Amino acid sequence: MDTVTRRRFLIASGVTVAAGATTLGLRDLLDTAGDRDPAAKTLVLVTLYGGNDGLNTVIPYGDPALAAARPDFAYGEGELLDLGEGAGAGEALNPGLPGLHKLFGEGRLAIVRGVGYPKPSRSHFQSMDIWQTAQPDRPGTTGWLGRWLDGAGGDPRLAISFEPVLPPLLAGARSAGATVPGKLPSGVTPELLTRMGAPAAGESAAQARAAACFGDLARVRDLVSAPLESADDDSEAPATATGGAAPPLDQQLALVARCIEAGVATRVYSVSLGGFDLHADGKDAQKSLLAKLDKALSAFAARVAGKGVVTAVYSEFGRRVEANASDGTDHGTASNVFLLGDGVTGGLHGERPSLTDLDDGDLKFTTDFRNVYATLLRDVLTTDPGQVLDGWSTHLDGVLT
Amino acid sequence: MDERARVSHLLRRLTFGPTAAEVDAAVKAGFDATVERLLTPAAPPGPPSLGDEAAPDATREEARRRQRAQVTELGRWWLGRMVAVGGAAEKLTFFWHGHWATSAQKVRSAHLMLGQQQTFRRYGAGDTAPLVRAMLRDPALILWLDGQKNTRKAPNENLAREVMELFTLGVGAYTEADVKAGARVLTGWQVDLATGEARLVARRHDPGRVTLLGRTGAFDLDAYADLLVRHEAHVPFIAGRLWARYAGPAELPDSVAKAGRNTTALLRALVRTPEFAESAGTLVKQPVEWLVGAVRQLGVDLPMSALTALGQVPLRPPSVGGWPEGAAWLTTSSTLTRLRVGQNLAAQTEVEPPADAEALAALLVVDGWSDRTYAVLKGVKEPRRLLALGLASPEYAVH
Repeated sequence: MDTVTRRRFLIASGVTVAAGATTLGLRDLLDTAGDRDPAAKTLVLVTLYGGNDGLNTVIPYGDPALAAARPDFAYGEGELLDLGEGAGAGEALNPGLPGLHKLFGEGRLAIVRGVGYPKPSRSHFQSMDIWQTAQPDRPGTTGWLGRWLDGAGGDPRLAISFEPVLPPLLAGARSAGATVPGKLPSGVTPELLTRMGAPAAGESAAQARAAACFGDLARVRDLVSAPLESADDDSEAPATATGGAAPPLDQQLALVARCIEAGVATRVYSVSLGGFDLHADGKDAQKSLLAKLDKALSAFAARVAGKGVVTAVYSEFGRRVEANASDGTDHGTASNVFLLGDGVTGGLHGERPSLTDLDDGDLKFTTDFRNVYATLLRDVLTTDPGQVLDGWSTHLDGVLT
Repeated sequence: MDERARVSHLLRRLTFGPTAAEVDAAVKAGFDATVERLLTPAAPPGPPSLGDEAAPDATREEARRRQRAQVTELGRWWLGRMVAVGGAAEKLTFFWHGHWATSAQKVRSAHLMLGQQQTFRRYGAGDTAPLVRAMLRDPALILWLDGQKNTRKAPNENLAREVMELFTLGVGAYTEADVKAGARVLTGWQVDLATGEARLVARRHDPGRVTLLGRTGAFDLDAYADLLVRHEAHVPFIAGRLWARYAGPAELPDSVAKAGRNTTALLRALVRTPEFAESAGTLVKQPVEWLVGAVRQLGVDLPMSALTALGQVPLRPPSVGGWPEGAAWLTTSSTLTRLRVGQNLAAQTEVEPPADAEALAALLVVDGWSDRTYAVLKGVKEPRRLLALGLASPEYAVH
């Protein structure tokens, strides 16, 4: 980060360091336009909540063990989106992913296979904690990008989520990323908000935080609008049992694109799609969710191409190799991570886990997830990964330049 | 803490936000008598009339439409009880709903959601053993966590895992092998969609011997429930969950779990700890607590849309992990919504709007304003604006 930007961030961060989650108006972000090093890259992290079935996303259809384990999951020859000869022989993308298939063909999509961590947890909540904290032995209270934010000066505008609740991955020890809210009500003046936001002697941490939110609101002068506000009592927003309810992914990514096009200071965006916990009748439901992902990601990739944006897509775990009798799959372990964007070397990376040499019915991971994070920290956020990842420094080779 | 503050604190936590009149009555009765009165078991209310489920020959759209209307009706009825009755039994029912968090979005039946709630009302205040036994065969929970698909041919682990992780024991108290064994024990428990009842379908059930939580044998559902509630992690786990929702972020004092496996006994022990008294003002109100409390104090209709905007719609928790607790509710978005909703509620009330900050504190049962907030409130002359601001204030966002 250049020094001018850094100084502005430090000034702005005074309000929020003690406050935890900040909420900003889009205008606040857009005000930072032009306020960054033109060479600085942007990371967009896409979290798929619920445990996406990796084996039915990148499908190793050439491996007879797959059909044996999942007889009812097979797609017809014509439906599969083949990944070609050579390294990709016998592997295909899910039919719900035509846009990503095209990007793969153009060498712009990297698929890192077998990503996981030692002693995998099959609990959604614990595994998601592990992915978001990057602390597999004992997930702490800070997220990996929150710790990056701590080191980058702590200005909440550097790390933004378009979800209504701040995801743990953006919570640092001394700072936290921001969420972006709706409209300021009539008759409420910034002056009143500022006064209500002042700290008071002797108040509890919870009350101090409630007050700090008023101070943050005072900084909101313009509004993000209707698309982020759902007033529908019975919306079909993703609500399987495992979280990730948020505005639709395409809307979240459209806002991200708008900010990137304006050249705002934000370096990290977190977006999400939920609903992947498909213990039953998984095949069609997953395909339709993947199609949502595909459409949103392809449009986004086209819109921000050439702007130094790298997008990473992950889920808290894959699914068990063998299907259950409900035409669904139970919680598993290692899975694929997708990377796309400027500087990404497309193709298949990492070793494909064996379908027969299993760990209690689950894939054995071949790439530690911290290698992916370390690569993103080094090559996208130009940060020493060891500082953020408790000393971890191994990278992926040849995926990002 | 004076007696009035002590009793106000008790009522704010054990009930859905007391009115000033309720505080007056409780002060007169005294703290101990109020605890006993609040924790006296209440008979479950007669169920609301929801109408029949859609006929079998109804179109999918028609069935879905009716089902949604019935869920909305059930939600209104329930919120209406929180407002009208507001006592400890309603609060505890809401606690168990957030604990065994089940969403109508997947269950898609108001009748089954109501059935689950009746189970909370019937067993929620007593020994947890009958509650866990009843919940393992609860049709809504079975549908929510795919028990419907759990068969001997291929066990589905969802229900068995969450029962141990989130409902009875907590992470670390069981192994992956226990999850698999638990799933086998629960195989074949299935909801008959025609009657809405859960029953054991023998041909889908795996009656084999398993090793589960350190014991080996052929367990049935009730034996599994008993293994869970007798596990050494169970009572501390439940005590911890109660503490988090009723007392706040401070550490659970050892004395609470010593009360044993009875929810009323645990709550009684909880409110008598010195740490509970010290916890005043440290717990962030959940949106339902904030809104129901305000509606009770102002005597206005409850706006359902406010709960959607604040992110907590009863019968629709976001995940099996339930709603978040603590600072996760404190975002600028939620602050904005409280300001807006506060204005609407203040505009509607027929209660005499408070003339000054002192009257405002009495109406909202706030022990006192910080100097900061007091200074802001003092500058507001219009009583309804004052009331709106009080409802949105940091002091009223916590309890």
